[in-house]
Amino acid sequence: MACAGSTSPGEKKVFDPALAYRLSPSVALRREPFGALSYHYGNRRLTFLRSAALAELVERLGEFPSGGQAVAAVGVPEQRRASIERALSELLASDVICVR
Amino acid sequence: MPLSSQLEAGLEAPICLTWELTYGCNLACTHCLSSSGRRDPRELSTLEAKRFIDELAEMQVFYVNIGGGEPTLRRDFVELVEYAVAHRVGVKFSTNGTTMTRKRAELYASMDYLDIQVSLDGASAKSNDPVRGEGSYQAAIRAMELLAEAGFEGFKVSVVVTRKNAFELEALLAIAEAHRAQLRVTRLRPSGRGADSWHELRPSAEQLRSVHRFLSSHEEVLTGDSFFHLAPLGKALAGLNLCGAGRVVCLVDPVGDVYACPFVMHPEFKAGSIRDQGGFRAVWREGELFAKLRRPSPGGACNACDAFSECRGGCMAAKFYTGLELGGPDPECVLGHGEAVLAAVVDRPAVEPGHSRPVSLLAARRR
Ligand code: SF4
Ligand code: SF4
Repeated sequence: MACAGSTSPGEKKVFDPALAYRLSPSVALRREPFGALSYHYGNRRLTFLRSAALAELVERLGEFPSGGQAVAAVGVPEQRRASIERALSELLASDVICVR
Repeated sequence: MPLSSQLEAGLEAPICLTWELTYGCNLACTHCLSSSGRRDPRELSTLEAKRFIDELAEMQVFYVNIGGGEPTLRRDFVELVEYAVAHRVGVKFSTNGTTMTRKRAELYASMDYLDIQVSLDGASAKSNDPVRGEGSYQAAIRAMELLAEAGFEGFKVSVVVTRKNAFELEALLAIAEAHRAQLRVTRLRPSGRGADSWHELRPSAEQLRSVHRFLSSHEEVLTGDSFFHLAPLGKALAGLNLCGAGRVVCLVDPVGDVYACPFVMHPEFKAGSIRDQGGFRAVWREGELFAKLRRPSPGGACNACDAFSECRGGCMAAKFYTGLELGGPDPECVLGHGEAVLAAVVDRPAVEPGHSRPVSLLAARRR
């Protein structure tokens, strides 16, 4: 299953707070002591989400009208915002999350 | 905390769970890790196997590696695979290829969440068959052809690296690519029948260096994380690079016993049974042996080694079956610390006799 918003290979994917996101339909997420582990059934890739805040954010992305609102809602402190957004861009590039 | 330490402390569910469906096999490879041959009459029933899959689905075990024995010999094999993938437990199964037919290949190719690993231990019948049995090369190649014709792209060709094939890796890679498959190479461990053949089949130090070079220049080749003990030879290879036994790895055998890793099917590393009260979940989360393996170990000689952060002392199974200290060097320590201690060992643990039945290849072969 490809994501609705999947882009052509090579195109750089960057998390845009104005867009709406969700956990990719091909991905399962499991909470772990260090955060969460995700598995992509299509490309069989495991990804380590290395904080509880990031895990919660990814789980709940689909509930919010925009990625930015999701980040705000799970209470990411201002100084961690840049690093969380970077992590989201990586997750977007590896199709753990996708635009909806 | 670095990821490796977090993983060593254990997870809610395993990442890499191997499930040996049966000890029944129509081959009798000299290095078989489970000494397979005959079925165990106490094998899990279809219903028990399905309840186990339900439990894996609840625990969110993303996929299982199904092996054996030759798992496809179980009459309910396809039924169980279909049941697993329907419950979003992906399956990768290993096969010697002997049961592959056009129809089967087409069925496999049509299934989501399924991956296949065909075992091959040499680039020609001449190097493969002495290890895996006469005719086994032809059977594996035929299975690969059928899979390729059915359009099953990206299946795996799985090679155990031995003294006899260590210099054939390029040729094996070419065979895999010709069938649109991926090459996967793993380490020979002295487990099962491999305990007897290990001394003569294990790659030489020179071969291990060439394996490391090969893997460093072919990142597309998979290793199941099994060569991290070679890291001190140069750069670390892709993977988690730690011994996952009981931490991210475990094995469930045909009768439901749970071991720390497929390569330590010995009473000392048995954590419980999925048939016990509480099932697999209780064994994984509360089993005493697993708790012990997840505690920071007191360590040994390896802790003082400069390479410890990459090599982490190597493979527990390899040390255990060669009679070495678990906190000391791997028998194949690339800094050469294994050879000396290996020479000093007098007392090796016997391989579990339960699965170690001698099998006559001819008598057991099915058409
Ligand atoms: S015992 Fe060896 S084979 Fe098993 S998980 Fe550890 S390193 Fe891997
Ligand atoms: S001494 Fe131990 S840690 Fe060092 S390279 Fe050898 S096996 Fe690895």
